[in-house]
Parts: sequence; C-alpha cells; structure tokens
Amino acid sequence: MFARLPDLKERAVVRLTVDGRAIEARAGESVAAALLLSGVLVVRTTPVSGAPRGPFCMMGVCFDCLVSIDGEPNRQACMVTVRDGMQVERMQGARKVDP
Amino acid sequence: MRDSMIDVAVIGGGPAGLAAAATCAEAGLTTYLIDEQASPGGQIYRAIADTPVADRAILGADYWRGEALVAAFQRSGAVHLASALAWDVTPDLEVAVSVGGGSRFLRARRVIIASGALERPMPVPGWTLPGVMTVGAGQILLKSSGAVPSGRVVLAGCGPLLYLLAAQYRRAGAEVALILDTTPAANFKRALRHLPEFLLAGSYLAKGAELLLSAQRSVEIVRGVDSIVAAGEGQLRSVRYNVRGQEREVSADLLLLHQGVVPNVNLSMAIGCAHDWDGEQLCWSPRLDAWSNATVGGVAIAGDGAGIGGAAAAAERGRIAALDAARHLGVLSEAQRDLRAAGPRAALRRAMRGRRFLDLLYAPAPSFRVPADNAVACRCEEVVARQIRDCVALGVPGPNQMKSFLRCGMGPCQGRLCGLTVTETIAAARGVAPGMVGHYRIRPPIKPITLGEIALLPKSEAAIKAVARG
Amino acid sequence: MGAFDVAIVGGGLVGTAVAYGLARQGARIAVLDEGDVAFRASRGNFGLVWVQSKGLGMPEYAAWTKASSDAWAGLRDALRDETGIDTAFARPGGFHVCLTDGEMERRREQNKRLHNQPDMVPYEVRFLDRKDALDLLPGLGPEVVGVSYCPLDGHANPLKLLRALHAALARRGAAYRSNTPVQRIERSGDAFALTTPAGTILSGKLILAAGLGNARLAPMVGMTAPVRPQRGQILVTERVAPFLKHPLVTVRQTDEGSVMIGDSLEEAGFDDRVGHAVVAMMADRAVKTFPALRGVRVVRTWGALRVMTPDGFPIYQQSAEHPGAFLVTCHSGVTLAAGHALNLAPHVAAGCLPDAAFAAFSARRFDVRAAA
Ligand SMILES: Cc1cc2nc3c(=O)[nH]c(=O)nc-3n(C[C@H](O)[C@H](O)[C@H](O)COP(=O)(O)OP(=O)(O)OC[C@H]3O[C@@H](n4cnc5c(N)ncnc54)[C@H](O)[C@@H]3O)c2cc1C
Ligand SMILES: Cc1cc2nc3c(=O)[nH]c(=O)nc-3n(C[C@H](O)[C@H](O)[C@H](O)COP(=O)(O)OP(=O)(O)OC[C@H]3O[C@@H](n4cnc5c(N)ncnc54)[C@H](O)[C@@H]3O)c2cc1C
Ligand code: FES
Repeated sequence: MFARLPDLKERAVVRLTVDGRAIEARAGESVAAALLLSGVLVVRTTPVSGAPRGPFCMMGVCFDCLVSIDGEPNRQACMVTVRDGMQVERMQGARKVDP
Repeated sequence: MRDSMIDVAVIGGGPAGLAAAATCAEAGLTTYLIDEQASPGGQIYRAIADTPVADRAILGADYWRGEALVAAFQRSGAVHLASALAWDVTPDLEVAVSVGGGSRFLRARRVIIASGALERPMPVPGWTLPGVMTVGAGQILLKSSGAVPSGRVVLAGCGPLLYLLAAQYRRAGAEVALILDTTPAANFKRALRHLPEFLLAGSYLAKGAELLLSAQRSVEIVRGVDSIVAAGEGQLRSVRYNVRGQEREVSADLLLLHQGVVPNVNLSMAIGCAHDWDGEQLCWSPRLDAWSNATVGGVAIAGDGAGIGGAAAAAERGRIAALDAARHLGVLSEAQRDLRAAGPRAALRRAMRGRRFLDLLYAPAPSFRVPADNAVACRCEEVVARQIRDCVALGVPGPNQMKSFLRCGMGPCQGRLCGLTVTETIAAARGVAPGMVGHYRIRPPIKPITLGEIALLPKSEAAIKAVARG
Repeated sequence: MGAFDVAIVGGGLVGTAVAYGLARQGARIAVLDEGDVAFRASRGNFGLVWVQSKGLGMPEYAAWTKASSDAWAGLRDALRDETGIDTAFARPGGFHVCLTDGEMERRREQNKRLHNQPDMVPYEVRFLDRKDALDLLPGLGPEVVGVSYCPLDGHANPLKLLRALHAALARRGAAYRSNTPVQRIERSGDAFALTTPAGTILSGKLILAAGLGNARLAPMVGMTAPVRPQRGQILVTERVAPFLKHPLVTVRQTDEGSVMIGDSLEEAGFDDRVGHAVVAMMADRAVKTFPALRGVRVVRTWGALRVMTPDGFPIYQQSAEHPGAFLVTCHSGVTLAAGHALNLAPHVAAGCLPDAAFAAFSARRFDVRAAA
C-alpha cells in the first residue's frame, strides 16, 4: 500500500504494537502513517453500520482514523506522533465506558 | 501557560499564521501561535522542519520556500504552542486551548485566525472504502514520512494540487497508473477571459505548465471524466468511471481524490463571524474588512481560511492582519501601519493575479459536488444523498433542520467534511442558490475534547445557580 | 396560497403533534413555519418524557403530564407504523441524582409538597440512598448522596419524533410550508386570513403553536401569551456502547449511543450561545455522577431557548373573541407530545376545550394574578 522512499534522512526506529502485534515506525511519524506503512489499511469499524474505515485525510478533518492509543479510545491516529512502546488498538464500533 | 493576558493569539501555523505571528512579535507584542500540528508549516510546508525527504528536488522549490518563513518565525520571539487545538474563542477573546488532554483559556487582546484550507469533499459512491484517500493525504504522507504508494494508484479529480502530487510522485520515482481528470470542458471557455491576467502572473504560468508537462510525460491521463465509482468489498479493488458515454473499469489499490481546497471555517463559524457564499470559489468565506477583520470584535482572519489565495498570498495576508493588530494595540500609528503594509499589499496583488483564471478553470463539476443518490454525503453518520433529497421533499429548507432529521453533521467532524455537500445538495433539490440555504450552525468545541477536560474549566457562582437543582 | 380547515402556526413539536392529531381526524391542514434558522426548542431539547416533579402549584398539570406519559407508547407505535421511524420512546423509570445532603433534603421536601396537593394524581416516587441506587445505576460516583426514582419517567429521541411527525403529516396530505412566517392574522368572514411573505392563507380554524413567536401572534386573535425565553445548555458526547438504561434528569444515553448532559436554566433573553462556566459546571456534575464518563469526548455543546410561561405551566385556550383560534404552548413538548396529538387534538377538532379539563390552563390565569 505505502512504502518509505529508499534514501530518507535517518530517523530513529520506534516500536509499537497494533492489536498486540509488533510494528516498527520512524520517529516523527504519525500513528496513522505508521499503520499504513505497516500494511494496516482498516483501522476501525464504524459505530453506525459497522463498515470498515481507514485513514482518509491525514490532516485531522475526517475522523476516519480513530484508534485506541494506550487505552484511550477514539484518538485521531493522524494527529498523534508515534512513541516507543505505544499500544494501538483498532476500534470496533462504538467505544465503551466501564462503569 | 498561565491565564494572564497576552497581546495576540494567532491560531494556525501555516504561512499565514507564521507570518502574522512573526510580524506581531517583531512589533514588540506578546504573541502566541497555537497550532494543532506537531511542527510548524501548515499544509503546504507540512513537516518542513523535520521531513525525512532528503532529495530537495522531490518536494520542489515552492515547498522549501517555507524554510525562510519558519526561520523568521522562530527568530521573532513568538511563543509556539504545538499540538495545541484552539477549540473556541469567547466574546472576551479568551481562546480555549487544549494541549495534551488539558484545556486552558488564553486571554488575548487580539486574535488572528489562520486556520487554512481543507480539501473540498468529493463524495463519489464508494469513497468511504479503505483504500480511498485524498490527494492531500498522499502528499502529507510524502512530506512527513517520505512515504509513497506501492500498489496500483489512481488519482482522480481536478485542480493544481492533483498534478502537483503526480509530479512529486514522479520525482520520487513512484508510479501513478492513471489520472482521471474531471475538469469540465466548458470551464476553459469561462476561464478564458482571465487568461491574459493569468499569463502575466509569471510564476503561475511556469508552475502550471511544469506540473502539467511533468505529469503528462509519465502517466496516462483521461480527461472529461464525468462519473467515478470506487468499488470493492471492505476495501477498494477497482475504479469505475465514465467518459463520453463510455463506462470503463480499472483495478486499483489506492484511489486519491481531490477537487480543490476550500476555507476551513469551523472556528470562525463557531464564534459567530458572518460568512458569505462565494459563488466563484463555491464555498463559504468569512466577511472581512480591508484589514481582514471579521464581524466579531477583535478577530481577524488571514490566509486560506479567509478565502483561497494560495501560500504566497496567505503569508502576505497574515502580515497585513498583523500590522492592523499592532495598530489596534497602539504600537503602530495608522500612518506607520499603512506604510509598512504597502509592501505586503503589492506582493498580495501579485500573488492573487491569475487566481480567477484558476478558480474558473478548476471549478469542480456539479455532478462531483452534488452526489448521486447512493453516495455517502456525511461520512461520520453514514447519510446518503437520497435521504437528504427525501427530507427536502418533506419540506426541510436547510442544513440545520436536515441535521436534526438525519444526523448529518452531528458526528465527530461536526460537518467539516459534509457541510458543503449537504448545503449544495439541498440547494440543488430546492432549486435555489447555496447562499440562500445556509450552513450548519457550528458549536464549540470545534473538535471533540473529553468531558473531564471540560469539567476542570473555571466555573462561576452564576453557573452553579444555573445548573444545580434541588 | 390556499384554503385549509386548520392552519397551524409553528412546525415544532407542539405544532406538529397537534397537527398530527388533527390529521388523524381527517382535517385538511397547513403547517406554517419559519426557515432553517429559527428559535426552535424542538431541535435543542433533552428528550425526557418526564413525570416526577411536574405540577407543584397546579395538580392538573401533574395529571395531564402523567396521562401523556401513559399515552406515549401508543404515539410511538402509531408513528412507527405510519412512517417506519422509531422515536425510541422507553419508560424504564428515571432518576434525579443529588450530589449533596442539601440537594437531597430539598428534593424530598419538594416531592412532599407536590404530592400533598389536593387533587394530586397519585403515583410512586421513591428515595434511595447511593447504596440502593447502585443496583439500578451501576457506576454512580462516590459523591452521589442519593436519588429520587419514578417508574413513570422515560425518554425518547426528540429529533426522530419531530421528523416522524413531519413525515406522518406529509403522508396524510398535510401541507408543510417552511420559510413562511406568519406576519399578520385577520378575520376574513368566517375564516382566518394569515399574511405571510409567500402570500395569504385562509383557514377555518387557527392554532397558534409558534413557541416564543406566540407572544406576538396571540394578541392578533384576542389572547395573550406571556412566554419568555429561558436558556438551557446541553453537551453531547461521541457514541458509546450502551451503558445506561435509565434516563437521569441531567444525563441520558440516546438510542444512538451518544450521552446527553444537561441542562441549565438561565434568563438570557434571546441569546442561545453557550457559556463555558455553565458547560463546565454541567460536565463536572456529570463526571461526579458517573466518573467513567471522564474520558468520553464531547462532540458539541449548544444553547436552546425554552418557551416559558410565568408559572412554567402550559397554555391551552380558545379565543373568546375569535372562536376557532386556539393557543397551545408549553415547555415540555416532548413529554406532552402524546397528550397533544391524542388527547388535545380531538377537542380542538370538535371546536371546544371542555372547562373541566382545560380551564386551569387558560392564559387568563395570568390576568387574574396581575389584577390580584
Ligand atoms: C492537504 C493540503 C495540502 C496542500 N498542499 C499544497 C502544496 O503542496 N502547495 C500549495 O501551493 N498549496 C497547497 N495546499 C494549499 C494550502 O492550503 C495553502 O496554499 C496554504 O497552506 C495556506 O496557508 P494558511 O496559512 O492559510 O493555512 P494552512 O497552511 O492550511 O495552515 C493552517 C494551520 O492551522 C492549523 N489549525 C487550523 N485550525 C486550528 C485550530 N482550531 N487550532 C489549532 N490549529 C489549527 C492547521 O492544523 C494548520 O496547521 C494544500 C492544502 C491542503 C489542504
Ligand atoms: C434545553 C432544553 C431542554 C429541554 N428538555 C426537554 C425535555 O427533556 N423534555 C421535554 O418534554 N421538553 C423539553 N424541552 C422543551 C421542549 O423542547 C419544548 O417544550 C418544545 O420543543 C416546544 O415546542 P414548540 O413547538 O412549542 O416550540 P418550538 O420548537 O420553539 O417551535 C416553534 C416554531 O414556531 C415557529 N414560528 C415562530 N414564529 C412563527 C411565525 N410567526 N410564523 C410561523 N412560524 C413561526 C418557529 O420557527 C418554530 O419552528 C426542553 C427545551 C430546552 C430549550
Ligand atoms: S485521517 Fe482524517 S482525521 Fe485522521
């Protein structure tokens, strides 16, 4: 789907997990970019119909890239920069609250 | 960040905001620049300080012009609040800012909104499928991650940005399988009147021609496309399109859509600035005076958020708005302001030359603005165009009643993406101009923030009375 | 622009509920409304179908409210059958949460006074401390002192209700005219002549259900409608998987999953903007009520204007000077929708509001008070 250009400036490798699976990203990248670059196209299903969605605008407009980051649901993956050890989970429908 | 008073709050860190903030700070004003991005630059100069793209030719000279703007901003002494969302501005010019999950009010004496542009929605059937993105998204991936698509890529739509990305991909060695150009043939005739002025604007000519040529040499371009469908189960598999009565289909892994950019007006609308329908740019623009002041006291709007003018114009408009803020705050006299504004005004005139030609030439076709019955208009709430037309038949006159009936515009994007589509669809169904139909009433917060964050904001005796019930 | 049996001024919940009731009686109807941007409480309300605490000072109102709550399931079913739209009415019982001992004490006191009124319709209200309430409302925060509970309380989706009423009216052939504000009302022989920018409309009967607009219109047909705007602010969150079955006066989860948090009472004239201090206060109370809501995102806040009479009770009245002209207004148009459609409309159709049931609701009560 997407690949990094071969001759990029060196950026530190950042390790995160997506639904428990380890992926590698580069420092400075957004979570959405990291997902797309590791082949994850579908990041959630909608709370309305359950349809699959992936990042669309990459600039914080469409809210289609919503994922759970370190336990916090519905964050815009395209607006959050990756960090080492980050735990990303794809959203399945509406978020939950645990009373 | 304390809640003390500052002189100027600039919202948005693209060329307009960077130039405005630098100008204010250089004039000796305490200036904060609030920007949602992690690093300065806005959309055109996205990630300019930290892009991994090493080969400067790939992103092109226009991109690297941003370095000087960012450097000037960083020298100016303006404070940069990065990854910070301005989600409201009160009538007393308290800017509600959310950073890292906490919100504060920043009291300013003047506010300059430089919120920039969004890509115009292109609601073709299937555009919600994973694998369909925007041209701008493709460009952001390139600028900030050095990422290029790897499968079969189709670009579709119209406007200079579409060809810019094609050229950037080509220079990066990435392949684009097909460009579907939806520019209506009739546009050229309408735009022709403004061609001489466009030709005089040397930079545009050079850029336009270069883009077209470099794109044409490498990619198949189909012109006159009048309908597009993104197809696939759960993911994009192919693109169907219609050209001169012929239906065709190509397989695709990635479809990037684009049909121009429009002002990002959610904040200016939420705080009550008057907006008017721009019949040529086909969008809402804030009503401004000669110094970019909006109809809400103390607030000016600069850059593409004030009407699309491009990056060069954005920076000049930022400077002009900043000079007037300095005059309001007493550090410049009227005469000094006028004198200093002469240069930016002349540069703005140059930058705007040829703009009408582009607006008319690339005006997207009605069929791509007012979607087919089965196309999703509101992505958040999954409302299709047919539902909107059915409600017009019930007598629904505009987007606010429509929102009540269908929930379009009620999702987390709060109508950013569907606003124009819904207004234009209602207008077409009613047979009236979009200006008569109006826009969603936008309310704070202009992006979702947590209840806990709001709960910690300051309260008052009156508020306690208004809420607590025995 | 046409002649109709009945013209209804106002396309909010009150106007369309009465209109729907009249359409069921077979009347030829026109509903005249303002445009897309208007003060329209029916688009900005909280969606409770609420019984507890209604009617202190007018037991007739308590009875009228309870009767509407009892009739609501019938309205829901009728609208669903006719339009396919589910108004999501449910009556699981509702709660009023108290965060201090003082609030709890005042609540008990008020309830006692309400139910001690002569002629008060009897129904159950229970007071529970936090521990007992937890069984019904898991997740209540430690700052909750107690609750009052009434099994008659419920909620509905007020936007779907408004749309369903409009859709049902369209199916029954009623004419709905937006962008058609009524400017003047005159008599033209036996009929009422309504002047609008789009032309004149003639009707045999006239129903003023224009919300805050009634204040200006009622005197044109010999009545007074002393209604004033009273602002309420509301917060709404992103969609959340179902977690809260019961509505609370200040927190409820909609059928779509969003959580509504409301609502303030403010005298702010015709200003329907939001104020952060009030919004913060409501958020704070909601988080104290259900701490798990802290991390849920607020998508939007808004202010809307209630249509408020001096005593807070509805006005139902036929003009003595101009028989056939009715005034209908209230500040609980969701709760009373079933009453308006199923209980009030038949009397309007018959041309008479029987004194026994409706005398208490006449706006003449305000003249009496002013004179006393
Ligand atoms: C995706 C995209 C790519 C583009 N690429 C190019 C290009 O390559 N070449 C070109 O000539 N033109 C490009 N454009 C057009 C471009 O918008 C303008 O030419 C130029 O960037 C406008 O500058 P600006 O300062 O007005 O706004 P922008 O550059 O858009 O900057 C606005 C900034 O404000 C921030 N912002 C907005 N609202 C808030 C808020 N409430 N709180 C905090 N921050 C906020 C945004 O995140 C953004 O950083 C692009 C447009 C888009 C949408
Ligand atoms: C914040 C808030 C919370 C609420 N919560 C609840 C609740 O939980 N439960 C409940 O039962 N009720 C609640 N309400 C009250 C409820 O919303 C109202 O009682 C109800 O909507 C009133 O309906 P209406 O049709 O009388 O008025 P509106 O909805 O205001 O409609 C009046 C209509 O008349 C039109 N109009 C005005 N003048 C003219 C004219 N000259 N010509 C033509 N048309 C005209 C207007 O455009 C409008 O469409 C709440 C209200 C608010 C503001
Ligand atoms: S991809 Fe659109 S908001 Fe993130």
